[in-house]
Amino acid sequence: MTTLAEPLVHTQPGFLDAPGRKGLLGWVLSTDHKRVGILYLYSMVAFFFVGVALGVFMRLEQLTEGRTLMSAQTYNALFTVHGVIMIFMFVVPGLSAVFGNFFLPILIGAKDVAFPRLNLASWYCLVIGACLAVLSLFTGPGAPDTGWTFYVPFSMKSGTNVSLAVFSAVVMGFSSILTGLNFITTVHRLRAPGMTWHRMPLFCWSLYATSWIQILATPILGITFILVMLERLFGIGIFDPAKGGDPILYQHLFWIYSHPAVYIMILPAMGAISEILPTFARRTIFGYRAIAYSSLSIAAFGSLVWAHHMFTSGMSAFGNMIFSLLTMIVAIPSAIKVFNWTATLYKGSIEMSPPLLYALTFIFLFCIGGLTGVMQGALAINQHVHDTYFIVGHFHYVMFGGTGFAFFAALLYWFPKMFGRDYNRKVAYAAWIPLFVGFNLLYFTMLVLGYMGMPRRYYDHLPQYHTGHLVATVGSWILVLGLVVLFGNFVAALLRGRKAEDNPWGGVTLEWKIPSPPPQENFETVPTVTGPPYSFGKEGGP
Amino acid sequence: MNAPAHGEHHDPFAAKLGMWLFLVTEILLFGGLFIAYSYMRARYPHEFHHAGGSLSIPIGVANTAVLLTSSLTMVLAVAAAHRGNLKRSLLLTWSTVALGGLFLVNKGFEWAAKFHHGVYPNSDHMASLPAGERVFFGLYFSMTGLHAAHVIAGMAVLSVLAILIAKGRIGARNPVVLENGGLYWHLVDVVWIYLLPLFYLAA
Repeated sequence: MTTLAEPLVHTQPGFLDAPGRKGLLGWVLSTDHKRVGILYLYSMVAFFFVGVALGVFMRLEQLTEGRTLMSAQTYNALFTVHGVIMIFMFVVPGLSAVFGNFFLPILIGAKDVAFPRLNLASWYCLVIGACLAVLSLFTGPGAPDTGWTFYVPFSMKSGTNVSLAVFSAVVMGFSSILTGLNFITTVHRLRAPGMTWHRMPLFCWSLYATSWIQILATPILGITFILVMLERLFGIGIFDPAKGGDPILYQHLFWIYSHPAVYIMILPAMGAISEILPTFARRTIFGYRAIAYSSLSIAAFGSLVWAHHMFTSGMSAFGNMIFSLLTMIVAIPSAIKVFNWTATLYKGSIEMSPPLLYALTFIFLFCIGGLTGVMQGALAINQHVHDTYFIVGHFHYVMFGGTGFAFFAALLYWFPKMFGRDYNRKVAYAAWIPLFVGFNLLYFTMLVLGYMGMPRRYYDHLPQYHTGHLVATVGSWILVLGLVVLFGNFVAALLRGRKAEDNPWGGVTLEWKIPSPPPQENFETVPTVTGPPYSFGKEGGP
Repeated sequence: MNAPAHGEHHDPFAAKLGMWLFLVTEILLFGGLFIAYSYMRARYPHEFHHAGGSLSIPIGVANTAVLLTSSLTMVLAVAAAHRGNLKRSLLLTWSTVALGGLFLVNKGFEWAAKFHHGVYPNSDHMASLPAGERVFFGLYFSMTGLHAAHVIAGMAVLSVLAILIAKGRIGARNPVVLENGGLYWHLVDVVWIYLLPLFYLAA
């Protein structure tokens, strides 16, 4: 356990009942990291369901051959907006914004993040950016139709509202940057006495690595999108071949951010899994340092593989080979994590619980996503599957099967701590069945369709792909059913869940040593840490 | 490193660290443009050479001198605040803002002259230039424009800081906000020091 010099004393009420402003203002003006985390949670879950709805409409369009519900132009707008919402408003802030904000200070024994006001400001950046993105749908010449990657020359020529959409992404980028520099400073400056680097829980390590990617990669996206805006407003010509510019340069600049961004999305998820597994295996994590350092090496190598998105863009064969090799290398630290998680379970006293079930599902789905990623890293296969449903299936396995399921696992794990309420565990198990079945029906079918040659971003399909599309669309319905049950359970728990214990899972890190929900200042006296994070007693109890 | 946590804490080191991290992001923001510049220059070396010759080196150098002087007044403003000489610090901070303004005025004249000669994005004259020169001026306007936006932001920040000094909210005991404002101003200065050779001395 995170052993302490002396036990903690608690007399203060939970932060949800703390004195101060009441009502909505008590939330949107609060600089308490826990309230900011919950603000992120509510807004991001709302965006998530909007994104889900758009995805379902896309699947409905593919239910039959030919035009089913909408025109090709509407379909283009749908996949663009689905991507923008899911990427910039859900998975990029992801676990870092919600659980990082809420738990990073608690896990290192601090009372708040280093810059609480900046923290609230970063939430406002996200919300303002999101509002601009929504505005871009309903104003001007129509919803953007370029795909979330905004590739030139189409994003330069498209008559739709691209400028506002990319500007909204720049504003949301600020949110990401501010959160990143806040977390780095927090980890450097606010660790409790005795909380050395190697006594930090692994979630903190993953947040630290993520934060570095956020501040190093996001500015490149900012300047790239600003250039797209300049291109559209003034015709500056840097990406325009007619004026001597180069569209491939855009792709490089875009992926220099957007590939590392994939690790912004997945690293905190891996960190949360590293918290959940030891708790339910009742033993310390296997290979603490390997997991911690693999987060850093993913962050480092992940910054050097961007051009594997561009193998068919006309780069030199030598360039392709280098990026293919680097892509294979970045799989190694991810595999290190998976092996260490599996080894953690070995000979553990495993207690099944909803968070563990979702965490194990994460590992399973992430392995499929990761291995299909390695396949695409190979140049020959990439030629075949590029721009097909195989890619779509792959990144949904990583982003939804990985980050999404880790998000659910983390929410199931920390929900009682965050809100002081217990959810119905049976319902949480029940929700897993449609989630798992629907997910695999939807996305594994996409892998198969893609391998058969179904191109992505087409609003129609040829007869030979019909069965696959039918299965995937039915899968999307089952998946949505699972989501409704899962989140309905949380809503029911918020409204009338019974009071949660302080330590419902027998966890040993610092958040389980304070009441549920945590008091306003987390700790009345600053804890002094004397041991590593995950040492359970010999009997398998804390 | 293990500073104890406080609810309302004042940790000047943390404030500095946060500022440096922010400056890293600013450098990377320009970094995207520097990558574009180096790629394009490697692709069009002769056109860059020729187009760079049309920029006025004396004006560029004069502006560099103005900006470097503004960094000097900034450093002196911080030093004065450290010594508790707030009156002097206030004067020097406003001088920095004024020099920033002078830089922008010069820059404005330069841009205006270029526009006057028909050199601006999408102009008919630009369309008649070789591709590499069009890219050169595209980059020139983007990069000096982004830099000018940073000068304006820096002037706004320093104006707020000057007001804080006048109100006594910054002083010898709590100079870190002014120091951070100064760091930002120096970054703006440093970026210009790279822009000068890349554009004016490219010929």
